[in-house]
Amino acid sequence: MLAQQLLNGILAGSVYALFALGFTLMFGVLGVINLTYGFYFSTGAFVALHATRYLHMQIWEALPFAAAIAGLIAIVIDELLLGPLRRAKAPELSSLMVTLGATLLLYSLMTAWFTTDIRRFPPTVFDGGAFEIQGLRITLSQILIVAAVVSIVGGLAWLLRRTKLGLAIRALAENDDVAQLMGVNVGGVVHLVSFISGALGGAAGVMIGLNYNAIQPYMGESMMLKGFAVIILGGLGDIRGAVLAGLALGILETLTAGYVASSMKDAVGFLLLVLTLWFRPVGLFGRIAAKRA
Amino acid sequence: MSAPLLAVRGLTLAYDRTDAVKGIDFDVHKGGVVTLIGANGAGKTTTLRAVSGLLKPRAGSIRFAGREIAGMAAHRIARLGVVQSPEGRQVFANMTIAENLAMGAYLESDRVAVAKRRDTVLARFPRLGERLSQSAGLLSGGEQQMLAMGRALMADPKLLLLDEPSMGLAPLFVEEIFNIVADLKREGRTILLVEQNARAALEIADYAYVIESGRITLRGPAREIAENSEVATAYLGM
Repeated sequence: MLAQQLLNGILAGSVYALFALGFTLMFGVLGVINLTYGFYFSTGAFVALHATRYLHMQIWEALPFAAAIAGLIAIVIDELLLGPLRRAKAPELSSLMVTLGATLLLYSLMTAWFTTDIRRFPPTVFDGGAFEIQGLRITLSQILIVAAVVSIVGGLAWLLRRTKLGLAIRALAENDDVAQLMGVNVGGVVHLVSFISGALGGAAGVMIGLNYNAIQPYMGESMMLKGFAVIILGGLGDIRGAVLAGLALGILETLTAGYVASSMKDAVGFLLLVLTLWFRPVGLFGRIAAKRA
Repeated sequence: MSAPLLAVRGLTLAYDRTDAVKGIDFDVHKGGVVTLIGANGAGKTTTLRAVSGLLKPRAGSIRFAGREIAGMAAHRIARLGVVQSPEGRQVFANMTIAENLAMGAYLESDRVAVAKRRDTVLARFPRLGERLSQSAGLLSGGEQQMLAMGRALMADPKLLLLDEPSMGLAPLFVEEIFNIVADLKREGRTILLVEQNARAALEIADYAYVIESGRITLRGPAREIAENSEVATAYLGM
């Protein structure tokens, strides 16, 4: 029982980690809290749903496809909304307000189009079924999710730590003026970071849609609240913190649902958020956040 | 005399809507060290920001190697070989020393060339070589200045812009930094040096411009400027 709970918790937590990673990357590199981020999560889920249903893609094809579409939309939204503010060196509050307004508009458009009915993946997506290993039940889609999260997080870590592009991204995060002085094309790197963030959010949307098999436009909205809890717990802009805090939230939620009450599950994130802000406002490892403050 | 490597004409720069630099002219010739001296807030750093492309001029022209670069994007100016070691050092504090140096060679894709430059830089700044995997943020001010200069040298610049390299450093480090600038000059680097430490700057430079409230008030060979009585009272504390 406990082992099954932990397994489910790690599964949910790894998706939270993936989602928070994109959010924290956006903040850490571009320096803005972009509230449209949850929308990419919903976008990813809907694109994957339609890709499997109408384009007859397999889920492992639909996942990167949906992530890429979400990433491209993220570039467009960032350029349209935040590009002008960045160039004018506008205060942070303006970007917060602009993305808040845009979020309301984007969700309304999505609802007008798709309604708020809950949609489900076609049953063929789950053909693989499930395994039982020593009483632990794990489905193929769950294996796909964990494998995808591990490879995406590993890939991102490799990009940021081991490549020249990653070096440029980190340079931009620290000091965009000096990054330019060294020859970094900041506009291009900003687009790339928007793409990666949007794709991470979109991929997380596909996975949550798959795991609970329930998709509706506002799913990104409730995920954003968890995303906030995770990046505040992990420290704003902290990659490692986002992964660990995401896993922690997933496990705590599942254990709460299993041993306390399932109605309390969603409160865990907020409890963690409040406790973090009270006792350790820079987050578990908040280094960048502490420096920026 | 051959055409200057850098030729600035009528450069006017606005900062927060007021003109910080009001139509200045200056030249830097290949292989020479030119210094721009003046008090805090005279417009020296603003001028360097414009040359590097971080600030769009309101008017005037900046020609580098015969090409107009005023208003060009900063990363494209860096690509042409104009590289700056900025005021206040501004090393990437969360990166290691090795990563900071790698950032300096960002535009060079030839690994062999990068490794060669790194050897040269580390020979010049041996302190950096001992601590390659350490965070740059942990270095002392003087060491950070060496790292900032090393980072700029990793780009093998055609024109090196040094903004206040001695600012806020202990006297021992100030001497060391100026010795390094002198070495770079001997090796034939072209340098535009902005300094508040006028005495040290004038000792090294070939040519000097004195900038006051956004205007160039005096220009000439560095030795003559150093002997000018007004400069002596205003900047050399004599």
